[in-house]
Amino acid sequence: MPDSIDIRYVATLARIALTDDEVEVFGRQLGDLLGHVNALAELDTASVSATAQVIESRNVLREDRPAPCLDREKVLAQAPQRQGAFFRVPRIIAE
Amino acid sequence: MEYIEKSAAQIAHDVRTRVRSAAEVTDATLAHVESVEGAVGAYLTVLADSARAHAARVDERVRNGEKLALAGVPVAVKDNMCLDGSRTTCGSKILERWIAPYTATAVARMLEAGAVPIGKANCDEFAMGSSCENSALGVTRNPYDLTRVPGGSSGGSAAAVAAYEAALGMGSDTGGSIREPGAFCNLVGFKPTYGRISRYGLIAFASSLDQIGPLARTVEDAALAYDAMAGFDPMDATTVDRPVEAAAGALREDLRGLRVGMVREFDSAALGAALDALYRAAYRDLERLGAELVEVSLPTAAYGVATYYLIAPAECSSNLARFDGVRYGLRVEGDDVRSMYDRTRAAGFGPEVKRRILIGTHALSSGYYDAYYVRAQKARTLIAGDFERAFAQCDLIACPAASCPAFEFGAKSDPYSMYLMDYYTIPMALAGLPALSVPCGWTTPEGGRVPMPVGLQLCAPLFAEKLLLGAARAYEAATGHALARRPELESVRA
Amino acid sequence: MNARYEAVIGVECHVELKTKTKMFCGCVNAFGGEPNTKICPVCLGMPGALPVPNAQAIELIIAAGLAFGAEIPAFSKFDRKNYFYPDMPKDYQISQYDMPLAIGGTVKYWLEDGTMRECRLTRIHLEEDTGKSTHAGSGDGRIAGSSYSLVDFNRAGVPLMECVSEPELRSGAEAVAYLESLRRTLLALGVSDVKMEEGSLRCDANVSIRPAGSAELGTKTEIKNMNSFRSVERAIESERARQIEILSNGGRIVQETRGWDEVNGVTHSMRSKEEAHDYRYFPEPDLVPLEPSRAAVERLRAALPVLPAQRFERYTSQLGIGSKQATQLVETPSLGAYFDRVVACSNNAQQASNFVLGDLSRLANETGVAVAESAVSAEHLAELIGLVDAKRINSKIAKELLARMWDGAGSPAAIVEREGLAQTTDPGAIAAFVEEVLSAHPSVVAEFKAGKSNVMGFLVGQVMKASRGKADPALVNELVRTKLSS
Repeated sequence: MPDSIDIRYVATLARIALTDDEVEVFGRQLGDLLGHVNALAELDTASVSATAQVIESRNVLREDRPAPCLDREKVLAQAPQRQGAFFRVPRIIAE
Repeated sequence: MEYIEKSAAQIAHDVRTRVRSAAEVTDATLAHVESVEGAVGAYLTVLADSARAHAARVDERVRNGEKLALAGVPVAVKDNMCLDGSRTTCGSKILERWIAPYTATAVARMLEAGAVPIGKANCDEFAMGSSCENSALGVTRNPYDLTRVPGGSSGGSAAAVAAYEAALGMGSDTGGSIREPGAFCNLVGFKPTYGRISRYGLIAFASSLDQIGPLARTVEDAALAYDAMAGFDPMDATTVDRPVEAAAGALREDLRGLRVGMVREFDSAALGAALDALYRAAYRDLERLGAELVEVSLPTAAYGVATYYLIAPAECSSNLARFDGVRYGLRVEGDDVRSMYDRTRAAGFGPEVKRRILIGTHALSSGYYDAYYVRAQKARTLIAGDFERAFAQCDLIACPAASCPAFEFGAKSDPYSMYLMDYYTIPMALAGLPALSVPCGWTTPEGGRVPMPVGLQLCAPLFAEKLLLGAARAYEAATGHALARRPELESVRA
Repeated sequence: MNARYEAVIGVECHVELKTKTKMFCGCVNAFGGEPNTKICPVCLGMPGALPVPNAQAIELIIAAGLAFGAEIPAFSKFDRKNYFYPDMPKDYQISQYDMPLAIGGTVKYWLEDGTMRECRLTRIHLEEDTGKSTHAGSGDGRIAGSSYSLVDFNRAGVPLMECVSEPELRSGAEAVAYLESLRRTLLALGVSDVKMEEGSLRCDANVSIRPAGSAELGTKTEIKNMNSFRSVERAIESERARQIEILSNGGRIVQETRGWDEVNGVTHSMRSKEEAHDYRYFPEPDLVPLEPSRAAVERLRAALPVLPAQRFERYTSQLGIGSKQATQLVETPSLGAYFDRVVACSNNAQQASNFVLGDLSRLANETGVAVAESAVSAEHLAELIGLVDAKRINSKIAKELLARMWDGAGSPAAIVEREGLAQTTDPGAIAAFVEEVLSAHPSVVAEFKAGKSNVMGFLVGQVMKASRGKADPALVNELVRTKLSS
């Protein structure tokens, strides 16, 4: 199993700004952790199915029936920044 | 013994029969909270006004003839569960000022049964940790030795119940977060089968593992809380739609006819002479109560920690993406939305949360998904299969709840050593099984001042909560370990 | 266009489903509305909220899959697609990655001249829509140059069908014909409103070119921001020309996303730096898998309506109706169904088509009542066509009757009978009317004889009037002409 982690790339995906110190410390700690989890390579999983959920339920659905919504003011009151009835965010740079 | 030290069952009985009012119980509890909270630090928010309002409603409902299972019972709600109108922080700076606009189903069911929410209890940030030290908003101390941690992540709820700041605690367990603090604080810490109790309104850490459960001073109290919370919820598609057998009224007197599995790979000798002696005594007690001890094997359980530290972080990396400074919670401004995200999340999350988001993001990322995430899911299948085979030979499994008693603050500074705290509780979580810790004795840790509680873990097949609680009750009644000592609170009263 | 190259085009559509509520919560699914009024903890991605799938949305996707002949697998699941965007509340989208609800299938479509074509589908899956960002501070509402954005989450969580075609289309016109057929089909199924102008249908196109006859695929570009079928056609043709020019000049196509610029009629590169997307798909742990029962699938299959492509083929090949009229008839499902009922009791499909698309559609437009909901039953229209075909009434009377039927007059045969409106075909009776008219207008007769042959129309009109419109117009014409020339 691979055991290196590109901390800067992963932090970019996760949208967390890291200091150089954090890159160093987390890199070491997570490298160690990967060393430990690599023990899983010892298991023979060739013919094993993957478990995403332990419960065996299927088709747990809801009827297409309207339910009450939240009060807009109650929600917007907690917005970090609002403008009128909208949530406001800094400019979006297209990617 | 002060009234607030009574069991939840006793309080509910007294309030139902109008021997005491919920208002009286609530006032007494709040007064006690005020006197000890400075030393214990169980709560991040004490809901004094709201508790009194709830108590008044409970008294009214009692007067109207409602038979409430938890009438007037003071409850500590872990601060990762939503309660409409209350600050709900998850122990994180990113939610430090967030007021939940709705109530979690499990909390609503407790309130419906008559419980009174005393406060929102501290926890490791986003329930990630085993000592409560990862909370960004407060320090919680173990009521049995204030220099030691209460365990985690449901440490605040555990400390509150242990210090009589509540009769019941609501916790959540992802890899051991109810059972380990239960063991550290001389409590019954019960994680039901995955899917038994709704997660709606529980702020997610790892969705396929998170499960709400009670922390209580007695098995009967844990059963009462479980009965109140369990059952299908149309708001949570992962709750299981099958009947819940009431556990409270079906508590066993002995263990006759039960085969209890001793896990070969979980030999307590590895934990040192003192703990080994306690666990061996506990197993003998199970036998004395009529259980037949059988040896079972969980060959892949040793891979539990490795499996867990891929699956749980992978899910958390996605679950915690929503804390982005757009709709609620902390925002640190930036020139554009991207830098706003980066700064908000850098400032809002603590180091353990960042580590888990980073490792989880890595495990799901292109080129690593099969090697890490999928392989961990397959290991999960193997671990669940081990339990299935073991339960063909036994009715319950008994093993340690933690590898040591409550430790001192700062003792586990290396992340991986903290992760290993959950060595005995993670496999059951991965398999979705119901499991609990029940007090099984006391030991004075090396360099410790006073004896600290130790927990025995019992685990049952999926959905066998009634059997599990019944057996735990029999063990508790026969041994009475929890009653041997009281928390150190006299000296700290404010 | 350069004949040495052919275009290879695939179309990816996003269609908002016509459900009462959103995909994973009970908030109302409706277009527009006051900003941030249709929101709840679930669709706002509040901490602790959990999704529960809308059963109706799943049925609509399965119905769409069945309509296109797709396979409905016995097992399907939801996955999370992880990426950050301010109008995506959870910063992941619940979608379907490797096990969609429908696999394969074929969209039958037709070109303007009526030629039938087919385009295979890769898959159809179910996901949730995002909210809407309005880019402000730049004056023109565009993202470039804006200084902040405003977010409305009313649309967040609306059920969205993603339908991906194989790269089997060869021109902008084919792509539009494909989209038209897809749109008509989804409308007939009641799956969606499919309105591009309201965003309930959105599409992107993948375009590449290759030497004509080659089996290999060239490097493709993805075209976005096409806001109408017309812009889809223009954008594809423009992109095809651009790629041909690059290759003809020895250049190389860069795989990228390009935006369609409606004003200047060109596509432009949308990504300055190529940051690879790493969506980190994984199974949605808040949901359990879907296993549509065979019985439920068969029930949905049995309930499928007649599809527009089936109708079109039948109209053109069996009923001999022209492509244009046939297209109009299938355009509105209720109109097509009405027409089918008329044809079922009449054997003059062309006449039925003329009435439905002509007089009836005009009346519908004037009154705002749909043809299928009007007082003119299909049976009565068939009866009217029968009266015309049997020459019992002429077309003028037919028109008048239709207007009265629209107002609720009922059976045309009964009216004809009751009011004696049957066409007069007796040459003796008509000759009497002719005699009467000619003697009443001697000056007009004189004009005719002086060579002004166009006055004959006036005289025929007068005879028709004298017969109260009942005379057989062909016979009137013949008799007037004979009489004038004698």
